[in-house]
Amino acid sequence: MSGMMQVSSARTLPKGLPQLAALLVVLLVNWLVFRDFFAVRLQDGRLFGSLIDVLNRGAPVAILALGMTLVIATRGIDLSVGAVMAIAGATAATLTAQGYPLPAALAAAAGVGLACGLWNGILVAILEIQPFVATLILMVAGRGFAQLIAEGQIITFVSEGFAAIGGGSFLMLPMPVVIALAMLIVTHFVIRYTALGLFIEATGANVRSSAYAGIGTKVVTIAVYMWCSLCAAIAGLIVTADIRGADANNAGLWLELDAILAVVVGGTSLFGGRFSLGLSVVGALIIQAMNTGILLSGFPPEYNLIVKAIVVLAVLLAQTPVLSGLRFIWRAKA
Amino acid sequence: MMRRHLPVLITLAVFIAGYLICLAQFPSFASTRVIGNLLTDNAFLGIVAVGMTFVILSGGIDLSVGSVIAFTGVFLAVSIERYGLNPYLAFVLIMGLAALFGAGMGFLIHTFQIPAFIVTLAGMFLARGMCFVLTTDSIPINAPAYGQITEIALRLPGGGRLTFIALIMLAVFGLGIVLAHFTRFGADVYALGGNRTSAELMGVPVGKTTVRIYMLSSFLAALAGIVFSFYTSAGYSLAATGVELDTIAAVVIGGTLLTGGSGTIIGTLIGVLIQGLIQTYITFEGTLSSWWTKIAIGALLFAFIVLQRGLSAASIRAR
Repeated sequence: MSGMMQVSSARTLPKGLPQLAALLVVLLVNWLVFRDFFAVRLQDGRLFGSLIDVLNRGAPVAILALGMTLVIATRGIDLSVGAVMAIAGATAATLTAQGYPLPAALAAAAGVGLACGLWNGILVAILEIQPFVATLILMVAGRGFAQLIAEGQIITFVSEGFAAIGGGSFLMLPMPVVIALAMLIVTHFVIRYTALGLFIEATGANVRSSAYAGIGTKVVTIAVYMWCSLCAAIAGLIVTADIRGADANNAGLWLELDAILAVVVGGTSLFGGRFSLGLSVVGALIIQAMNTGILLSGFPPEYNLIVKAIVVLAVLLAQTPVLSGLRFIWRAKA
Repeated sequence: MMRRHLPVLITLAVFIAGYLICLAQFPSFASTRVIGNLLTDNAFLGIVAVGMTFVILSGGIDLSVGSVIAFTGVFLAVSIERYGLNPYLAFVLIMGLAALFGAGMGFLIHTFQIPAFIVTLAGMFLARGMCFVLTTDSIPINAPAYGQITEIALRLPGGGRLTFIALIMLAVFGLGIVLAHFTRFGADVYALGGNRTSAELMGVPVGKTTVRIYMLSSFLAALAGIVFSFYTSAGYSLAATGVELDTIAAVVIGGTLLTGGSGTIIGTLIGVLIQGLIQTYITFEGTLSSWWTKIAIGALLFAFIVLQRGLSAASIRAR
């Protein structure tokens, strides 16, 4: 098995080229079915167009993918991000509807997100439960909690400030895109300009030897899950602001899968270790560009799921190259 | 020996305690009607949970079961109602199709060493997408065979009915117990979950067993889908969302170790019944909303997972 992984990590292509090529291909296909795809116009001080729409709609998944990348780099997984989105959205919407000022509502949502991450992190790092199982608990119960906060209703609110997070614009770009960019930059600097990135990769590559080498693997793990949930909370705020209401049942539904898919498409191995934040964001954009393309080409949006399934399998098969896999089997038989 | 059976005994104790609490509050819980309904309402969950138990025992996971249930319902509705296919032929077709689907997933998991949860995640997307391709409407099934089958029931003393689908579930559990504990396949599954490398060295056919495990899971998911279509008399492409989580929860609450290698089929039955009990209690209570079900199941899941950690840590220390 380790032999196979060595083969798969030995890339001949420069890093990121396959992802960028894939994005380009998807965009070109979109252009073929919809000739105005690349048209961008300026209106009321904000850019509009299909390309901007891909960025705008892709922002929540891109933000989720940032946190998920770090979690997957520690050899973990976070299935609860969709539920955390619902919880954060319900918290902020309920507080706003009750008349609390915007900063308080946003801070509360972020705090709830961090608390969810702390819970996940403690289960994984201290109680040493498999990440997949540990985060399953919050995935199951989280939507229940979101319903509890929203008292079983879809909470709507009137707050121009809050709504601007989803529908506003800044420097001609839609606000979600600005937030996603800011999160990417912040995450990148925190991770790459400190030793934290190295610690995360080391923890993912080998927990035990990292701990022997003096890395506080437990603290690193908890921090990573907290960051992931914070990202989820921010994505939840965007989705909530976008529809000016919190729907505990449907906010962020299935988005954990999109986030994992984005990270996998971005080339981060599910077995931990090396990761790339930028390529995960490219992965999120590929997914969104496919969604938009399917909508533009007039196919029912339901075809999305089939396309996604085929893409995830294709990427995974490419990661464990079919050829080396076959060679491995052949050698085992010989 | 005691330690091996401790998780199941705890599950049983939780069920009995829960039942007694319900009984103390609502005396009608003792009636055979409530018990009959408990079995009927959770029949499809029980059937799919048997397959999931095998998957989890082997150290894997199958996230595609909910979608397979939905696809089965939609396939039956479309083929029977729109194309006039004989229902029994449709049952055979869909179970064969599902078995092939599961075998494909098992093949990918074994051959390419891709984590099971990501392969079955793709399977989940694929099956759900195929539902939408067939139809996005909810199609009622009015075939006479459906009426005849849902009529079949064993009358229990006290007015309760043990319906045909409840009987199917109990039969599947019976067969599952035999398969897990008295056959070569069952022993291979336990060995695979206990330690893959040693299993391989001992001569367990790892590839064949993996393919068969996922085949069984998808096959039972299709059977559960058929049962679900008896229960709802319709096929709907958004049906059974989240069932994979309920199923995993039932298996874990039933005392099966999520890392594989340890657990029982009978425990899963009790796990399913505990979930059913929570739902029935919330229905009886009337004022509690259904989202409490999710929170209660999440809390139980947490308690059992921590318990498992404690037990396995204790057994390592005992060594």
